[in-house]
Amino acid sequence: MTLPPLAYHALVGFIVLNAVIGMVTYVTLLERKFAARMQSRIGPYYVGPRGLLQPIADALKLMLKEDIVPTRADRFIYNLAPIVFLVPCVLIFASLPFAPGLGVADLNIGVLFFLAVSSLEIVGLFMGGWGSNNKYALLSAMRAVNQIISYDLPLVFAAFVPVLLAGSLQMSAIVEAQRGLWFVAYPLIGQLAFVAFLIATLAAENRVPFDILEAESELVAGFRVEYSGMKFALIQLGEYAHMIGTSFLGALLFLGGWLGPGADTPLVGALWFLLKAMLIFLLVTWVRWSFVRIRVDQILAVSWKLLLPATLLLLFATGFWVAARGLHGG
Amino acid sequence: MATIPRSTVEIGYGGSERLTMNMGPQHPSAHGVFRAILTLEGETVVAVDAVIGYLHRCHEKLAETLTYVQYPTIASKTDYVSAMTAELAYVSAVERVGKIDVPRRAQYLRLICAELQRIASHCLWLGTWCMDMGGALGGGATIFLYTIRERELILDLFETLTGARLLYGFHQVGGTRYDVPAGWAQKCRETLAVIAQRLDEYEAMLEDNAFFLVRTQGVGVISRELAEDIGVAGPLLRGSGVAYDLRTAAPYSSYEEFGVHVPVETAGDCYARYRVRMAEFRESIRIVRAALDGLPEGPISSRPGVKSVGQVRIAKGEGYSRIEGARGEVGCYLVADGGPKPYRLKWRGASFSNLAVLPHIIPGHKVADVVAIMGSVDPVFGEVDR
Repeated sequence: MTLPPLAYHALVGFIVLNAVIGMVTYVTLLERKFAARMQSRIGPYYVGPRGLLQPIADALKLMLKEDIVPTRADRFIYNLAPIVFLVPCVLIFASLPFAPGLGVADLNIGVLFFLAVSSLEIVGLFMGGWGSNNKYALLSAMRAVNQIISYDLPLVFAAFVPVLLAGSLQMSAIVEAQRGLWFVAYPLIGQLAFVAFLIATLAAENRVPFDILEAESELVAGFRVEYSGMKFALIQLGEYAHMIGTSFLGALLFLGGWLGPGADTPLVGALWFLLKAMLIFLLVTWVRWSFVRIRVDQILAVSWKLLLPATLLLLFATGFWVAARGLHGG
Repeated sequence: MATIPRSTVEIGYGGSERLTMNMGPQHPSAHGVFRAILTLEGETVVAVDAVIGYLHRCHEKLAETLTYVQYPTIASKTDYVSAMTAELAYVSAVERVGKIDVPRRAQYLRLICAELQRIASHCLWLGTWCMDMGGALGGGATIFLYTIRERELILDLFETLTGARLLYGFHQVGGTRYDVPAGWAQKCRETLAVIAQRLDEYEAMLEDNAFFLVRTQGVGVISRELAEDIGVAGPLLRGSGVAYDLRTAAPYSSYEEFGVHVPVETAGDCYARYRVRMAEFRESIRIVRAALDGLPEGPISSRPGVKSVGQVRIAKGEGYSRIEGARGEVGCYLVADGGPKPYRLKWRGASFSNLAVLPHIIPGHKVADVVAIMGSVDPVFGEVDR
């Protein structure tokens, strides 16, 4: 028995959405445990066996918290912002195939869709910063716009190196093109693009050392300083969903996605994919907990003076390489 | 350089509108209760109005109502991050006015505690300063937890010695209240060995980190002239190229026997102040080890044990005593009228004079640098407001 396409997509979408939310809650636990190890602490320990129920307790606490709207906030924009922020962050998972034939939609412009939608989060972020009517939030929103504009370009350029090598924007095709050699192992080009992708990812996800939006030492909590309860939870959810999504993209573009021993079984393939994505996530977390934050002007300088020209050159070099080798029947 | 009065908000429409932003007294990086009213042009600070006084507890008035026996424990609450040196400043003022001798063993014990306290205080400074730059949800918190771990070791030593972990009541007029318990010296040496090794780890983690360097080098430069004009003290002064340390300039408590090396950096920026403090860490470790090796036998106090709070009386007179605390010169001016309580007491806190340099060096920097510079000054607001 086969379902009609609409019902099938709705069902898969529902499953993926819930999987993402469940994963976000447990990725926070993973990060907290990992950070605790780095800092010679134990981390969450008391709720459930070895702290395994801590994310549930956190979520319940956030639901029970009082919802506070500042008196002079722009109520409509303030209330709408978390949703506008969350939707693109979750929507990016729609274009991710988790194993051959396992995913909501394997678009033929998958990578483009992913990158375009994920940068839409800035709209919600700016709405939150503006609507809060708070100077910290406003400064943070200003920084956010600066930063996202500066780092989306290097991110796109770095992500397009594997696209060029594979000759397709379709995610499953990019994975299939890595059957012989993962793109991260591609001589020189692969490694450089991977490093550039990771740096741009850090900035796009607002992680330390590029977390100037949150910057709690000067801007308290940045654009979300006035948010509490479930609205705060939604922003948090969006942020982590974005981070996990980008980790999956990195694993797909550079680490061969679901390829690995036994990957012909979809579930084993999905497991490989998850492992690789978590590897990237932990790499990002490792950087997060060992660096100090850099200043807003330095962040822009790193992007425009170093990362952007470097990735652009790399993209050109890859293009020439592909053309010279006559790949993709060219 | 002049600060703009706090009511002035200039609004222009030429793309350089100014924004007045309140940082503190309730702020994650206020280091207590500091309030800085920043005037911003975009991200750049054009003026800063520093407001203090949120932690004023009438310490000097309180000193007039408490006897010479009672007050040392209260004195430790002025600079609660470095309580040992605050107590020492008070009792040495009393001893100077009252011409009371301190036995050599007590002098050595005071010196050991003062240097251990300096290490503990610098540990806290390094952690909080890195947290100012690196965020409580980032690498800063990692350094903070490491340094707090080491500070705990020192606090354990103090707890074994005095029974308290933060405010000690270790000093009394004429000597110290407690002698070192058996095995303490050995434990102290082990702790110092651990800390000396961990210092190398911090330096490797910070100085090999390009992001740390770009955040600290060339940021918040205090020129030698400015430092001397404002009267900053301690690591700030030495970071600006002035080799002035009371432990060598006006030795007290047998410091002259240890040949204290005064580290000096000439750059005057946050990084220079960091380097000075890192060198002071190692110098303090060396001094404590030498003092433990040469700890003389003898009484720990020139006065009999305290039986009543009014027991110590000081002849009429006045005097100023100063010591080198973790943040610079801590001084105590005491006027005695012959009774069991001082007639008048005036504290000179190093944090207070160090804080005065902020309005001169912050303008022109970005908002993020404000907290980095403030952290590098290492203010303790108990000492600023008293």
